[in-house]
Amino acid sequence: MAAAASPIPSAQRALEVRDLHAWYGESHVLHGMAFDVREGEVVTLLGRNGAGKTTTLKSIMGIVRQRQGEILFGGQNLVSLSSNKIARMGIALCPEERAIFASLNVRENLLLPPEVREGGMRLETIFELFPNLAERLASQGTKLSGGEQQMLAIARILRTGARFLLLDEPTEGLAPVIVQQIGRTIRRLKSEGFTIVLVEQNFRFAATVADRHFIVEHGQVVDMIPNDEIGHRQDTLHEYLGV
Amino acid sequence: MTELLGIPPQVLFGQVLLGLINGAFYAVLSLGLAVIFGLLNIINFAHGALYMTGAFVAWFLLSYLGLGYWWALLLSPVIVGALGMVLERTLLKRIANLDHLYGLLLTFGLALIIQGLFRNYFGSSGQPYQIPPLLAGGHNLGFMFLPNYRAWVVAASLVVCLGTWFVIERTKLGSYLRAATENPVMVQAFGIDVPRMVTLTYGFGVALAAFAGVLAAPIYQVSPQMGADLIIVVFAVVVIGGMGSILGSIVTGFGLGIVEGLTKVFYPEASSTVIFIVMAIVLLIKPAGLFGRAA
Ligand SMILES: Nc1ncnc2c1ncn2[C@@H]1O[C@H](COP(=O)(O)OP(=O)(O)OP(=O)(O)O)[C@@H](O)[C@H]1O
Ligand SMILES: [Mg+2]
Repeated sequence: MAAAASPIPSAQRALEVRDLHAWYGESHVLHGMAFDVREGEVVTLLGRNGAGKTTTLKSIMGIVRQRQGEILFGGQNLVSLSSNKIARMGIALCPEERAIFASLNVRENLLLPPEVREGGMRLETIFELFPNLAERLASQGTKLSGGEQQMLAIARILRTGARFLLLDEPTEGLAPVIVQQIGRTIRRLKSEGFTIVLVEQNFRFAATVADRHFIVEHGQVVDMIPNDEIGHRQDTLHEYLGV
Repeated sequence: MTELLGIPPQVLFGQVLLGLINGAFYAVLSLGLAVIFGLLNIINFAHGALYMTGAFVAWFLLSYLGLGYWWALLLSPVIVGALGMVLERTLLKRIANLDHLYGLLLTFGLALIIQGLFRNYFGSSGQPYQIPPLLAGGHNLGFMFLPNYRAWVVAASLVVCLGTWFVIERTKLGSYLRAATENPVMVQAFGIDVPRMVTLTYGFGVALAAFAGVLAAPIYQVSPQMGADLIIVVFAVVVIGGMGSILGSIVTGFGLGIVEGLTKVFYPEASSTVIFIVMAIVLLIKPAGLFGRAA
């Protein structure tokens, strides 16, 4: 069942998830999730609606607290830690619902997450990546368009110095130009050495940014497809995703 | 001096000043309630009892330690704030994710216990507390006599209210607080210790009540009942201003104090009910309150 990846030397492993279970109250949602991510790698979690992708990211981040198993990061098992401690270790989440704060303006939203490490992205660089934000700093956060809110949600976690990013469907519902812009951003982050776990419905987009793809079904990883094999494994992929 | 609308100016301004004083207490107390409600989602019924405790701490400090008004103004909020933090950690925390009703019941129970304890020792009679010598006396402004202590109460309350507003609306710390009011889970996932922030916020809200209690000590007598009488009106202020609105509680607090004062001049019979009449009207027209965001 576990991803049939060749074992990665632990020195290069940024994150390893082993036999992860998670619950919402009584309902058991992750059933032995397992995958790993190398330092500097971009991996995706692909799967149908309700497969448990978001829950996986929230379990890593410590937002879903009812969890068991191993989430190894920086020599620690994150399962016993609360989300603020996990964030301080250098992991940041850009959530599916974006979570832009209505009572904060764009600047305050952008500056909200505290710096957890040295070397976070400078504001000038962020405005270079997302020029729209620079023009809207004084606007109320939720007055931005959907695309701008997504940019803000990504930009917000780049400042913190976290080098391990969890991005939950950053392209959902966005126009193709903005999807391309987000694709460029992710490739740039990768080239700067960020490690990224990306949840995507849009595997065509995923194929343009990722190194490996993990297929999630019923709260487990059922397959792993390296990005260079995705071309001739289209049929399998279509079957998994039901597209 | 000429009369305004058939009312001698001394009477008119005297009542407006009294209204402002009451308004200052309404504002400081409802501000604390607003801050607490925003982050903890708890309607803190113990607020009046903690205001009373604040006044008693001032009285204790003076009677047993010989520490006067200015020390009390500093120490009482710290002591009562610390007590509040203990209450939050040991009791309120346990009901954090339950319905509002549980918080209301728990804090109401706490209020009864705290008041009961004080009544047990002090009966229902009040203990006198002197105006500090620095603020004794007053000034004749020509159109009215202004007691120094009352001017101080209004000024100190205004400064505390505006300072709180400034911190919440204009500083980094305030942005954490506003964000956590909206979405505590996400704020914690950014690395902020939200449970600690919740405890400190409750402590701060309660410290505001104690501060008001010390301000009130020389004006009203220090009695176990003083909070219970006030808190009902303060809840009406909170409802009118809009549950949880910071600016709303400040403006409404002072505004309604003045409305009450003017009612005493023009239609004294209604002065004790006017706030509730305003509340009924506001609820009919704008159920979320004057400054409230619709849920
Ligand atoms: N807060 C919650 N309470 C109870 N059940 C939940 C909650 N959130 C998600 N679930 C359930 O957990 C399962 C996994 O949900 P999750 O959000 O992780 O799926 P997903 O793979 O991210 O789906 P999508 O592609 O639609 O975002 C689903 O069956 C969902 O109904
Ligand atoms: Mg999801």
